[in-house]
Amino acid sequence: MTDSLSQTFAALADPTRRTILGQLAMRGEATVNELAEPFPISLQAVSKHLKVLENAGLISRGRDAQFRPCRMEGEPLAQAAEWIEVQRQLWVDRLDRLDVAVQRVRRQREELQS
Amino acid sequence: MSKTQVTVTPGTHEIVLTREFDAAPDVVYAALTDPAVVPSWWGPHGLTTKVEEMDVRPGGRWRFVQRDADGNEFGFNGVYHSVQPRRVVQTFEFEGMPGHVMLDTMTLEDLGGRTRLVDQSVFQSVEDRDGMVASGMQDGASQSHDRLDTILAGRTT
Repeated sequence: MTDSLSQTFAALADPTRRTILGQLAMRGEATVNELAEPFPISLQAVSKHLKVLENAGLISRGRDAQFRPCRMEGEPLAQAAEWIEVQRQLWVDRLDRLDVAVQRVRRQREELQS
Repeated sequence: MSKTQVTVTPGTHEIVLTREFDAAPDVVYAALTDPAVVPSWWGPHGLTTKVEEMDVRPGGRWRFVQRDADGNEFGFNGVYHSVQPRRVVQTFEFEGMPGHVMLDTMTLEDLGGRTRLVDQSVFQSVEDRDGMVASGMQDGASQSHDRLDTILAGRTT
């Protein structure tokens, strides 16, 4: 199963790739060489990471055959953030209701005691 | 007003919720484990929750059935693995996705008259985490669910 959300989360599940995304968020655009600079890994390994990010739609790459500059794409991140927000809301709603139930139980107990 | 903290770590299969309640741990425990109280908080708005079975002890089963306005029913079940006044470990399975089981650990911390509930849900995979949300969609009642619909519709498969 390769729905886009799973791809996004899988792509984000790696510290190197998150650092690359962070770099692109700051710089706007960068080449493979520029992105590889801070890492003690081969260009090839960095290219592999870029491929994963590209397949997940998190980055796009220019057409310039030699440099193919990378750029961050916001849409998949926005979808992931929205998914987390929906998930958060589902559980927050439940715990809000639990809070009401807890207060009701507490009042019942206090009434029994008095 | 909400005091719930949600932690979803990328690349993990878990969701951790933390919330404080203005009541002692035994009161929170009662609300969590009393079959008479559960229907009031368990299900999403718009669905009624019926407790079919709730045997709160190690090895005991639970089964809740939710019903929407059209009469559609959704079953959920699990087994209690560990039941202590400050810690309950149980499994959770949506019957629409049999075999996809979530492990849920609830810990109650005594803050001196107040309680901090830490609820850790561990899914078998990231896909299962997604699937769990998808199952909530069948309700279609709450705003959250409508928004989820939009997200899932936007997916490419």
